Amino acid sequence: MKYKSVFDIMGPIMVGPSSSHTAGAVRIGQIARRIFGMEPEEIHIHFYGSFAETYKGHATDIAVIAGLLNFETDDSRIRDAIEIAKKKGIHIKFYTEEMVPAHPNTLQIKLVKGNEILELTGVSVGGGAVQITELNGFDLNLSGENPAMLIYHIDAYGVIASVAGILANYKINISKMNVSRIEKNSMALMVIETDQVIQEEILKEISMKDNVKKVYVLAS
Amino acid sequence: MFNNIAELVNQAETQNKKIYEIMIEQEIKVTGLSKEEVIHKMKDNYMVMKAAIEKGIQGVTSKSGMTGGDAKKLSDYRNRGKYLTDYTLISAICYAVATNEVNASMGLICATPTAGSSGVLPAVMFAAQEKLKVDEETIIKHMFTAGAIGYIIANNASISGAAGGCQAEVGSASAMAAAAVTELAGGTPTQAAHAMAIAIKNMLGLSCDPVAGLVEVPCIKRNAAGAVNAFAAAEMALAGVESRIPWDEVISAMYRIGLSMPIALKETALGGLAATETGRCWRMKIQ
Repeated sequence: MKYKSVFDIMGPIMVGPSSSHTAGAVRIGQIARRIFGMEPEEIHIHFYGSFAETYKGHATDIAVIAGLLNFETDDSRIRDAIEIAKKKGIHIKFYTEEMVPAHPNTLQIKLVKGNEILELTGVSVGGGAVQITELNGFDLNLSGENPAMLIYHIDAYGVIASVAGILANYKINISKMNVSRIEKNSMALMVIETDQVIQEEILKEISMKDNVKKVYVLAS
Repeated sequence: MFNNIAELVNQAETQNKKIYEIMIEQEIKVTGLSKEEVIHKMKDNYMVMKAAIEKGIQGVTSKSGMTGGDAKKLSDYRNRGKYLTDYTLISAICYAVATNEVNASMGLICATPTAGSSGVLPAVMFAAQEKLKVDEETIIKHMFTAGAIGYIIANNASISGAAGGCQAEVGSASAMAAAAVTELAGGTPTQAAHAMAIAIKNMLGLSCDPVAGLVEVPCIKRNAAGAVNAFAAAEMALAGVESRIPWDEVISAMYRIGLSMPIALKETALGGLAATETGRCWRMKIQ
């Protein structure tokens, strides 16, 4: 069964007009912001497919900025998100792309603050649900519905086992896991979705392990 | 657990329960929440639906400027007392339009099952609440009946206009509302299932051809049609009329029609009303 809860059907409570083009876009922005972990100085948004065609009418542009300001899908400030971001001095630029994406509702976000850059591709799959399909050049498949940890590490033996070991010690159950790498022995990205929320101490322990370079956490 | 309408109705009838009781029990099992928590979550939805109707009746305008103000017209018309049918039906029409106008104006709504079809269930439930003079708690419980139907349709067919056309959005919403209002009016689970099937059958093949790709034309008025259709289906089911095609076969027909519909009629804004001369003009104006 694709849908498990009655509230997947009755809900979400959201600011209109479209669950896929508005609420879904807020969610993608929110996930990008939470992985980035701070307010960006520059935001670049590329719209593909149906998003490129209809983003103005559905307020997808406003919605994704609202998400990047960490607003929830039912926040009444959503409609003023672009003005709010501009007042904060954030530089915003939108681009429409002609390339045909695998899914019609695709957008790409680039966030910049100082030397820190994050690039993320997200898809709004319908009813407000989303999938993050790419992060800084790595393929992934993240819904953002469960707590998750994203770990940058050197592609070497033992890293996955050591991370899994720490989680086991803290009785954290892994519900889904995905590892991707750009090439052998270079950098890799491990994405772990868990049933329980991952606490700060666990994060610290993981980031101190050999070959682990950076750890991001995404609370649901 | 239930996977289709036949299993749901069978469980309800053999245990002498209402559909909403079966749905609440399953939700508790799946989420691990208490009964009070599950009901409270539905109450949150109910409150948002109510507020959206009240706001829409006062008159709102969409972000594009293409629609708005019709719920206010309908409310004034109802208050003048000279309408063609009856108070419940005109109220349902008014509430459906109100909710979807609020949606188009970037107001707060509860997507049921989607934002574009969010007006149907509240319209039917609030109009019926006034007619049957039942309390808030009773309406909230019966919203789980609607949820059970939507849950089965979503898992066995689709609730997305992009995948299945408008039959999957307003059609599904109408079926959910038909079953819920049938049970609310004292119908059995079997009658509620017939109301669901009749409501879907009347909406099969409905295209999703929104002007300029926006959730406005024809979506807002189509929600009113979905609400009225739900009442028609419920009246038939309560009178003992049955769907000749079994419930789950109707859902599967809807799914197959969705698959065979041309892409131009599935939320791409390439066909139907979106491709009319006026539809194209609106698109140029907004882009």
